[in-house]
Amino acid sequence: MWQIITNNWGAFLTGFWNTILCSTIALVFSLILGVFFALLEVAPPKFGRVIAKIYIAIFRNIPLLVIVMIFYLIVPRYIVKLSGFQAGTIGLTLYTSAFIAETVRAGINSIGEGQMEGARSNGMTYVQAMRYIILPQAMKIVIPPLGNQFVNLVKNSSVLAFVAGFDLMYQAQLIAFSTFQTIDTYIIVGLFYLILTLPLSYYMRHLEKKLAK
Amino acid sequence: METFIHAYSWVDIRFLLQGLWVTIYVSLISIALSFVVGLILGLIRYMKIKYLSAIVGFIIDIIRNLPLLLIIFFTYFGLPQLGIVTNPTSASITALVIFEGAMLAEIVRSGIGSVDPGQMEGARSNGMSYGQAMYHVVMPQALHNMIPALLSQFVSLVKDTSLATIIVLSELLYHAQIIYSQNTTYLIPMYVIIAVMYFIICFCLSQVANYLQKKYNN
Repeated sequence: MWQIITNNWGAFLTGFWNTILCSTIALVFSLILGVFFALLEVAPPKFGRVIAKIYIAIFRNIPLLVIVMIFYLIVPRYIVKLSGFQAGTIGLTLYTSAFIAETVRAGINSIGEGQMEGARSNGMTYVQAMRYIILPQAMKIVIPPLGNQFVNLVKNSSVLAFVAGFDLMYQAQLIAFSTFQTIDTYIIVGLFYLILTLPLSYYMRHLEKKLAK
Repeated sequence: METFIHAYSWVDIRFLLQGLWVTIYVSLISIALSFVVGLILGLIRYMKIKYLSAIVGFIIDIIRNLPLLLIIFFTYFGLPQLGIVTNPTSASITALVIFEGAMLAEIVRSGIGSVDPGQMEGARSNGMSYGQAMYHVVMPQALHNMIPALLSQFVSLVKDTSLATIIVLSELLYHAQIIYSQNTTYLIPMYVIIAVMYFIICFCLSQVANYLQKKYNN
């Protein structure tokens, strides 16, 4: 087992780095997109609501792999060249943003209507009330489920292996097939994933318990 | 437009439907088995049996934090090294049951936890044993509470079956890949139709989940 680690240290680190990079980029952009669509869905204009609903329904109900494959095979062929890493990250961002939008929307809805009415009757505009009264409260509630979405995102980044994204899982396959030590390789890669996900999910559980009090 | 008409010839559609059938079949078996596994593990974790609950809890946490793809690789490429023979179908069902079983165990645990402790106390003080109280009083209420969460977990299970293309399970995505690898102009028509097929199944399931969630919240 040690031999696999020492012989392939570089490959493991490259994979680990690409997984972190992809997850971080996807996290940032899916947060922006997710909050945007959540706001669109709770805002008064009907048109915006419908658009947000359609966006969320589409990206929640199609497998991540299908979305990533569309960006890997179809988009480069007809629109713009994308590497496997880019295609995977874009697909992951869109997929995760739909889940984040749902989470944030539920958070906003859980804030009593009286908060909005109170802020409006004190002379705030809708945007001001949203920005200074509703969102700060909603964000506090939403942090634990958002953290769980991030854990999912790190796990889902393994689809990069399908599109030659050079992530941890892709390296795992290369190493497993060159050394024939499949079980040992998978255990090592599993440990790498756990380094990223386990502390985060324990911390989120802790936060959840703290918020429930 | 021409390519769409050609791509959706009956031969291709029938081939895709065969793939869809494998997706549904693998999903249904995995849902049934992982529900049983999840129920047992969730109960063990809830009951706080000395050592056993802690060990089960730790294993569940490990599995929940690993990518499903890694577990699929493990069951397909790893298990044969231990002398266990697998084929794509059994390997993907095993992987899905391990992964989703751990996910469901967590849902079951919090579902039982959401039932008022007074229910258990009341049932026990009426002379029921722990097992009877759990089976007749607590569990029915807990299951009722967790139905929406269970359904959305099943939606992700159906979507996750697509990952099994990598071990050549002949499900929907894999059949589409076979068709467009013979004629690359079918690329777009194939992805459109499989996206629609997945969408219909998952959207219906998630609408039911949303409806039930709203009904129970009121």
